Amino acid sequence: MNGASRQAGLAKWAMTAITWRKAWRPAVENRARAALLLVLVLAAGWLHAAPAPVSVVHKHAPLFARKDLSGKPVALRAYRGKVVLLNFWATWCGPCLVELPRFAAWQTQYGPDGLQVIAVSMDDGQAPVRTLAGKLRLDFPVLMGDARLGSMYGGVLGLPVTYLIDRNGTVRARIEGESDLKVMESEIRQLLARR
Amino acid sequence: MQVRCFSLRVLFATFALAAILFAVPQSSAQFSGNRASSESALSIPQSQLIQADVLNRMVMVGGVQKPVVLQVGSHLMYSQAHIAGAMYAGPGSEASGLRSLRNTVMPMPRNKFIVLYCGCCPWNHCPNVGPAYKTLHDLGFTHVKVLYLANNFGDDWVNKGYRVERGQ
Repeated sequence: MNGASRQAGLAKWAMTAITWRKAWRPAVENRARAALLLVLVLAAGWLHAAPAPVSVVHKHAPLFARKDLSGKPVALRAYRGKVVLLNFWATWCGPCLVELPRFAAWQTQYGPDGLQVIAVSMDDGQAPVRTLAGKLRLDFPVLMGDARLGSMYGGVLGLPVTYLIDRNGTVRARIEGESDLKVMESEIRQLLARR
Repeated sequence: MQVRCFSLRVLFATFALAAILFAVPQSSAQFSGNRASSESALSIPQSQLIQADVLNRMVMVGGVQKPVVLQVGSHLMYSQAHIAGAMYAGPGSEASGLRSLRNTVMPMPRNKFIVLYCGCCPWNHCPNVGPAYKTLHDLGFTHVKVLYLANNFGDDWVNKGYRVERGQ
């Protein structure tokens, strides 16, 4: 008798469970679908949204390798041991055109002490860059930038931007906008003095 | 003799006066020309500028107040980051960019609320927003504002935490 009653109890419990599952399953599934949709939307938003700019100052300079305007390979790693002035510029940027001739002069003046200027153009096309580089007789590597390189350096969302990288490959300064070239030159001298 | 001398003085005075009268407006025009040519961002009337916080609120809220936002600078800058929902319209400093801008706005009603922005470099050096604004003005658009970014897009929009997107 006890066994039959237990079986009846189990059957009743099973029926209740099935009924509950039937009643709640669509709701649970809908919730799961909604949650999945929300996760997908958030993930898409996260992937599409621009990341917050990350400062690279006092960190190792992000390494990159590109070809310069003449097709010669340029790798940042190759300049370890030198002080690198990495300048992001464009032909349409007024303040950039004030700085570039000074950088060319510094390359000549401080090159023997270990300065290396690298100019990354953020122009959309190469033609005006070639013309200007030839006109200014830039005696240092000039390469074309891209969104990836800009992002590696914390986002180049305004020009000019210059990074000073020490002999160990650590970024020591980020100088943005119309810079005080005397201050920048003084910083370069200090970095060159450190062996 | 006295009459002749007097006439010469009058003639000289007239020339001197004329020279002063003509010289003043000319030097003034040269001054303003250097500071705010028709191509410069400085040529855009103050009343047509919109501040970043105001535009960000409009972008966030949406609705009828939400303008069409057009980036008129470098595409490379646009692909790194741009105002959420903004379209790329071509660099305002180049003829090809202005053609692209015209093509973008042509189907729009002339009273459409349009906001132009660039932020490639400090405001007084921006080569793009001035010509782009003039183009829309010449096309008869009546509700055009230009986003005032004093330094650049990174400093005056992204670093303030306003909404951005990246990509083509």
